Amino acid sequence: MDRLQILLLLAMALFTLGLAGVIVRRNLLVMLMCMELMLNGVNLSLVAFAQQTGTMAGAVLVFLIFVVAAAEIAIAIPIVLVLVRQRRTLDADAYTDLNG
Amino acid sequence: MLLTLIVLLPLAGFLANGLLGNRLGKPFVTVVGCGLPIVAFGLAVKSFLDLLAGGGAPIVETAFTWARIDGYAFDIAFWFDRLSAVMVLIVTGVGSLIHVYSTGYMKEDKSYARFFAYLNLFLFFMLLLVLGRSLLVLFVGWEGVGLASYLLIGFWFEEADNARAGKKAFVTNRIGDAGFLLGMFLLYWATGTLEMDRINAAFTGPVAPAVSASLVGILLFIGATGKSAQIPLHVWLPDAMAGPTPVSALIHAATMVTAGVYLVARMSGVYAQAEAASQVVAMVGVATAFFAATIAVVQTDIKKVLAYSTISQLGLMFVALGVGAYSVAIFHVYTHAFFKACLFLGAGSVIHALSGEQDVRRMGGLARKIPVTFVTFVVATAAIAGIPPLAGFFSKDEILWFAFASSRGGAPWLWAVASATALLTSFYMFRLVWLTFLGKSRMEPEVEHHVHESPWSMTGVLAVLAALSAVGGFLSLPHFLEPMLPLPRVPEHLHHFETPLLVGSILIAFAGLAGAAYFFGNGAARATRVRERFGGLHRLLAGKYFIDELYERMLGRPLTWISEHVFLRTGDRMLFDGTLHGLAGLARRTAGVFSRVQTGNLHLYAFLVVAGMAISLAWSFRHG
Repeated sequence: MDRLQILLLLAMALFTLGLAGVIVRRNLLVMLMCMELMLNGVNLSLVAFAQQTGTMAGAVLVFLIFVVAAAEIAIAIPIVLVLVRQRRTLDADAYTDLNG
Repeated sequence: MLLTLIVLLPLAGFLANGLLGNRLGKPFVTVVGCGLPIVAFGLAVKSFLDLLAGGGAPIVETAFTWARIDGYAFDIAFWFDRLSAVMVLIVTGVGSLIHVYSTGYMKEDKSYARFFAYLNLFLFFMLLLVLGRSLLVLFVGWEGVGLASYLLIGFWFEEADNARAGKKAFVTNRIGDAGFLLGMFLLYWATGTLEMDRINAAFTGPVAPAVSASLVGILLFIGATGKSAQIPLHVWLPDAMAGPTPVSALIHAATMVTAGVYLVARMSGVYAQAEAASQVVAMVGVATAFFAATIAVVQTDIKKVLAYSTISQLGLMFVALGVGAYSVAIFHVYTHAFFKACLFLGAGSVIHALSGEQDVRRMGGLARKIPVTFVTFVVATAAIAGIPPLAGFFSKDEILWFAFASSRGGAPWLWAVASATALLTSFYMFRLVWLTFLGKSRMEPEVEHHVHESPWSMTGVLAVLAALSAVGGFLSLPHFLEPMLPLPRVPEHLHHFETPLLVGSILIAFAGLAGAAYFFGNGAARATRVRERFGGLHRLLAGKYFIDELYERMLGRPLTWISEHVFLRTGDRMLFDGTLHGLAGLARRTAGVFSRVQTGNLHLYAFLVVAGMAISLAWSFRHG
């Protein structure tokens, strides 16, 4: 197994972990953290491929994702705060008001 | 420039009064509403003098090009020849007088500005109608006067009956307009132009257009029957009396209803080639004249009598048109405008004096109380009855003469029916005078107490119109129009009938007067006896031959039934609404099923996203 394969396996593990967390965990904050895990799994794979092919595009994309992730968190945390202030709970199952 | 200005002045009045009238008050409305028509009349006189100075050559003015289709330009052009000159002078002259009269008659009305706005609008469209060079412009005016007529009949729309009368007039006119439109299409198809001088030239030229002149003539005449209230579309005019009396005088007696006569006279080039159509015109005309006159004999509403009299006189004009005496018909339009406007305005003055009473059975003995109205009314009555030397005598005598002697469809029976109509006209008009002004008073005491002569703005107009009814006939209009509308030829052997017929028509007029005096002079005792003796006939006439009821039963009810059952219930509710509601319900039910997936549970959504990704990945591996 060469280095790339190891890195990709690691990236996949991170992504799967995050995904499983988002699906399984009930805590909103934990779900957000898991989403960050998924993003970083993707970041890792991008960097690995950039290294492999010797181009810069993948590395640049990573910075882009950092910015997007930061912005996303900056919006998501206040939303969670407002929700918690309303219902006094972090349980995602408490917030099913948008059902059809 | 002058002609355009004549047309646009009343439009400016309409806009000013309609938009600002309520804010700027009655003096403003009066000045604008009456002033602009009077200025237009002045300009019309100026144009008329120009026309005479130019030896009668038509004055043409192109305002602008409306549309250009296939290389043919549809111009908004005005055409001022002898015929339009006569019509424009009548419309603006009589129109201005009636505007002045209205300032007195409508003084107390709360919608004073609206009334003058509508009157000005009517004048605008009427001028467009008589000045238009092409049938298209004429048609715009034609529809426009219909609109103005509708607005003014339903002027007091708070009462449902008035609004209904307006609607009836409008709908009845639409039926005629359909014929008019078809005639226009046919003419354009056959001659490639809508300009009336060119159409006339095409039909009188060496190569006749490839279309039956009679067919065109009959289609246009259908339009004329609607506007000019001839059988079978006459039913709207008596109901149109629901409008204010000046409107009845201006629109439903003096000007608009003569538009049909003008149209036929204007298209005389076509009708001259259309023998069958001319016969139809004469026959419908004479039938309408006689039939309306018989109804007028028994009506008790002063305005209804005048309305049927108008229909009858219009019928006589169509008789003249049918026998090719176009200029004589216009002559009658001209004299009729004076005396019928005078009669209607006189009736308005009576109604004004009696605080709204219109039933002649509750009048009588008014001659001393409102002398000016009485004298002018009698002069106009004598004029319409055809007593020499008043205006009506000249025009009616010429119509009777050509009905008898014209080589283009004149016949003794036509003359006989027209003469009978003249006799009836004289009879019912003097009956009206007797019932209204003479004999003993049958008024309610309270009404009688308030009887008063109208203000000078009304009586002055009455005096002017009475004077014109008296002397208007001395102007020989047929002679003036002869260069463009020649009189029909009279066969040689009939010439010696002219004097006997002249004497005959004078005798007829006096016979009507004598008959009215005989039956109604003595407190109407003899008339009452006759009415009791012929009760059935009286009911038939008083019921207007039950034409309205017949139309209601033959057309109204079947149409209502079809609308209700076929269109509303089957078509609208079942087919359209059913389809739409069905589709909407289907969408709603389907959505209901799928909306169950939207639980609002974030985990489920995330899971579904992942599942979707997994499935598509698996699918792409297998098929990739």
